[in-house]
Amino acid sequence: MTGQRHSVSVKAGGRLFDFVDERFPSADTFRHQLNKVFQKHGSFLLGEVALYSFVVLLLSGTYLAWFFDPSMETVTYDGSYTMLHGIEMSRAYESSLDISFEVRGGLLARQIHHWAALVFVAAIVTHMGRIFFTGAFRKPRELNWVIGVLLLTLAIVEGFTGYSLPDDLLSGTGLRITSGIVMSIPVLGTWLHWIVFGGEFQGEEIIPRLFTIHILLLPGLLLALIGVHLGIVWYQKHTQWRGTVSRESNAVGVRVMPTFAAKSGSLFTAVTGILAAMGGLLQINPIWNYGPYKPSHVSAGSQPDWYLIWVDGAARIWPAWEIPVVDYRIPAAMWPTVVTPALLIGAALCYPWIDKLISNDHARHNQLQRPRDAPVRTAIGAMVIAFLLVLLASGVNDIIAHVFDISLDGLIWAGRIGIVFLPFAAYLLTYHVCRALQRDDRKVLEEGMETGIIRRYAHGHMVDIHQPLAISDGEAKPLQYSGTRVPKKANELGLAGKPVPGGLLRPDPPAKSESQRGEDGGES
Amino acid sequence: MGGTGDGERSGANGQQNQPADGKELFRLGTARDDVELRRYHYRWPEQETRAERRARRHVLYWWALTVVAGLGAAVVYLVWPWEYVPPGGEGYVWYRLYTPVLGLCIGVALISFACGFIVLVKRFFPDEQAVQQRHDAEQSPAEDRATLAATAAEAANASQLRRRSVFTRAAGVSAGALGTGLGVTILGGVWQYPWETTGHDESTKDTLWHTGWAQDGDETVYLREDSGDVHEVTLLTPEDIAAPGLMAVVPFRESERDDPEALRKARERADNPATLLRLPPGTEVEPKAVREGMNVGDFYAYSRICTHLGCPVGMYEGRTDRLFCPCHQSMFDLRRHAEPIFGPAARPLPQLPIDLDESGYFIAKGDFTAPIGPSFWELEP
Ligand code: HEM
Ligand code: FES
Repeated sequence: MTGQRHSVSVKAGGRLFDFVDERFPSADTFRHQLNKVFQKHGSFLLGEVALYSFVVLLLSGTYLAWFFDPSMETVTYDGSYTMLHGIEMSRAYESSLDISFEVRGGLLARQIHHWAALVFVAAIVTHMGRIFFTGAFRKPRELNWVIGVLLLTLAIVEGFTGYSLPDDLLSGTGLRITSGIVMSIPVLGTWLHWIVFGGEFQGEEIIPRLFTIHILLLPGLLLALIGVHLGIVWYQKHTQWRGTVSRESNAVGVRVMPTFAAKSGSLFTAVTGILAAMGGLLQINPIWNYGPYKPSHVSAGSQPDWYLIWVDGAARIWPAWEIPVVDYRIPAAMWPTVVTPALLIGAALCYPWIDKLISNDHARHNQLQRPRDAPVRTAIGAMVIAFLLVLLASGVNDIIAHVFDISLDGLIWAGRIGIVFLPFAAYLLTYHVCRALQRDDRKVLEEGMETGIIRRYAHGHMVDIHQPLAISDGEAKPLQYSGTRVPKKANELGLAGKPVPGGLLRPDPPAKSESQRGEDGGES
Repeated sequence: MGGTGDGERSGANGQQNQPADGKELFRLGTARDDVELRRYHYRWPEQETRAERRARRHVLYWWALTVVAGLGAAVVYLVWPWEYVPPGGEGYVWYRLYTPVLGLCIGVALISFACGFIVLVKRFFPDEQAVQQRHDAEQSPAEDRATLAATAAEAANASQLRRRSVFTRAAGVSAGALGTGLGVTILGGVWQYPWETTGHDESTKDTLWHTGWAQDGDETVYLREDSGDVHEVTLLTPEDIAAPGLMAVVPFRESERDDPEALRKARERADNPATLLRLPPGTEVEPKAVREGMNVGDFYAYSRICTHLGCPVGMYEGRTDRLFCPCHQSMFDLRRHAEPIFGPAARPLPQLPIDLDESGYFIAKGDFTAPIGPSFWELEP
C-alpha cells in the first residue's frame, strides 16, 4: 500500500521534473544544490533568525498596510476607544487606532510587527558580532560584510520610518527630533529639510512619504540586498571552525537535503511562533495611551526603539558647542547625531581592510579564528561595544536617575567622562584577557590539564598533578596549538561516561539498547 | 572512509523503500558533487524497540499540541469577545485577554510544530557528517583572465572609443548632460525654495525667520490657552495662572474666531507653541536692555520649542526657576531670560514680547526675539 502510493507520487514528481528539465536541462545543477554541505554550528543560525524575522515583517506589514491610511487629513475620533472620543487627530493616527480596536486580531498583527522589527535588528547585530569576532569577514568575504553593514543601516532606517507612521505623540516627537537633525547639517540642511518634509516641520507631506519609503522602497532594497547576501554565502560556502575534519579546502556539516532544510524550516516556524507569542503576550507601543501628535506636548520618558537609543544618548551628552563660521553656524547637534553615526558606519564598511592593515594578513580564509587568537580585533570589538553601551546608558539616563535616585547632572557627566575612558579600558582589558587565555591554552597543551589532585611529599613540598594530553615513551608530549578548543577538564574528553538509554522510570533492557545506535546522536 | 562502509551496512538493514540501484545512484551523485559522507547512519536499524517507540511518541506529542493550539486559535478568533471594553466595564477582562490568548495559541501551534520537527530530525533523520571539497581557486586560471582582458580590450578598440579620444570625451559630456537633465527632472518635483514667502505682507514671510505670532497688519494677537477643545477660545488674564506656574499658549486673532480651520492651523503650526510663565513674586531677573518691556511684571513668555532638537520644553522647576526639556535634558534659566545652563541646547529660548490689552487680556507685541527651534546653518551666530 504505502509502496504504491510512494511510487505514484515519485512518478508525478518525475514528470514535473521532466517538464522543467526538457526546457532548462539542469539535473546536475539541481542535484548539486541538494547535496550542498552546510555548516551546523549554532552561531550560524543568527543570520537565519534575521532572515526569518524579516519574512515575518513582510507578512505582518502587508496585513497592516491593508488597514493603515497614511493621510494627514484632520478627523475627529469617534471609534470604540472611548477615552479619545471627540479628539481631533490625523487620519493616520485614527487608522492606527482602528487597527488596534476595530480590526479583529489587528492589535495582535501590530504587536507582532513591532516585536519582529526589534528582533530583526537584534538578530542582525548579534549576527554581525559573530562575523566580526570570528574573522568570518576576511578574504574572500569582505564584500558580504560590506553588504551586511548596508543591511544593518537600512534595517535601522526601516525601523525608524515604521515607528514614525502612526503619528502618535511618541512618533511625532521622534520626527520632530529628526527634523532638527536634518536642519543641523551645514549648508545643505535647510534645503534637505525642505526636500524631505516639503516645507517647515511638520507639514502634510512627511507621513505619506515615509509610508512609501517604509512599505516599498526600503523593503525592496532590503530584499534585493538580502538576496545578494545569501547568494554570496551560497556561492562562497560558509566559513567553519577548525577541527579534526575541517580544512581550509573543505566544508564539513550536513547536506541541504534533508537535514539542513528540515532544521532551517523548523527554525523559521519557531521564530514565527515566538514572535506571535510575544506579539500576543507582551504589550508594545500602546499608541492609544500617547494621544495624537501635538507640537506643544511631549510625554515624559519618550524614547526611540532600542536600536536608536544610542543616538539619543549621544545627543544628550554632547556639549552645547555651536561653531561660528563667518555669518553662519554649525549646530552642535550635528556632531552626535550626524557625524558620529556616519563615522561608525564608515568605519564598519572599511573594517575588513583595516583588519588587513592591523594583522598584515592578506590570505584567503575559510576557517574561523577563535576571538582570543586575534586579540587586537577582539579588543577593538570590545571598544566599540563599550562606546555604544555608554551612549545607550546615557540614552536612558533619566530612567536610571529616577529608579536609582541619582542626580541627572551627575549621570550626564558620567556619560561624558565614560565615553572618553571606558572604550580604552575595554580595549586594554579585552586584549589582556585574550593573551591570558592564549597562555592558558598553551600551558595545558604543554603540561596537561589540571586534575585537582595535589601530591604532598614527605618534606612538605606540594605538587599539582597534571594529566598530559598526549604521552610518548611514558613522557608528557607537548602538543601544538591548532586554533581549536583545548580541553581543560577530564570529562570534556568523555572520561565521565555516558548516560544509560531508557525512559524516565527505568532503563532499557541492556541487550537491546546495545544495538540502538540511534540513541547516541553525539558527535565523534 | 570507514564511515562510508558503515553507511552501506546500515542501508542494508534500515532501508526498505529505496531500491538497491537507487542507493548506488545516490552514492554516485554525492561523489559527483565531491561530497564524502563520513558518517551516515540510519537511526533505527531495529524498529519497534522501546527506545524507538519512545522517540516516536516524543514527536507525536508535540504535533498533538500543534493540533490543539491551532484549532484553539481558530476558535478563539471566532468566538472570544474581542470588541473594546473600557477598563472596569463588563467583560473588560475577557476583552483584555483576547490578544494574549490568540497570540499564545498561534505561537504555541507554531513552536510545537517546530519542536516536533526538530525532534524528528534529531531522532529519525540519519546521523550525518558530510564533507565537501570547496574547489575555490585563488583566482581564475591565467589563460581565462588573459583572454577576458583581451576580449574587453578588443571591444574597446572595435567601438573606436579608444583610438578616437574625441568620442570618449563627447560621450562623457553627453552622458553628463543627460544625467543633469534626469537629475533636475527627478529632484525638481520635491525641491523647494526654503525662503519662499507665502504671507501677503512682505514682513510676515512664512519662513524659518517667522512664526504665527508675527504681526500681520495691525490686528491684535492674543495669547490663547492651548488645551481642551480646539474650537473653544480661552484668552488669558493674569488671574489665570498661580505663581509659580505656566501655561501653553498659541496665537489667536479675533478674525479667526468663527473659522475652525484657522483655529486648528494655529494649534498645529509647529513653530507657534509658547509658554506663558508666572515667576514667583519678587524673582530677580537679570536686567537686559534689549528685553526691556517684554514682560508683564512676573509674567514672561518664551518659545516652547527647544533650541536643541525641537521638543516642547514644558517642565518648570519652581524652586530654581528653570525650564527643563525632557528629551535631552537641557535646562534654561528663567532668571537670565531662558539662557541654557545645562545640557546640549546652545541658544536661549526666544522670548515672546507680551502686554495686556485694555480689558486685561494677554497679547503679543510681536514675533519671538529670534528664530525658534533647532539651530541651522543660516542662523547668524
Ligand atoms: C538583513 C540583515 C541580514 C540578514 C537577513 C543576514 C543573513 C545571513 C545569513 C542567513 C547568513 C548565513 C548564515 C550565517 O552565517 O549566519 C549570512 C552570512 C553572512 N553575513 Fe549576514 N545577514 C544580515 C546582515 C549582516 C550584517 C549586518 C553583516 C556584517 C556587517 C553580515 C555579514 C555576513 C557575512 C560576512 C556572512 C558570511 C559568513 C560566513 O560565511 O561565515 N550580515 N547572513
Ligand atoms: S530637544 Fe530639548 S534638549 Fe534636545
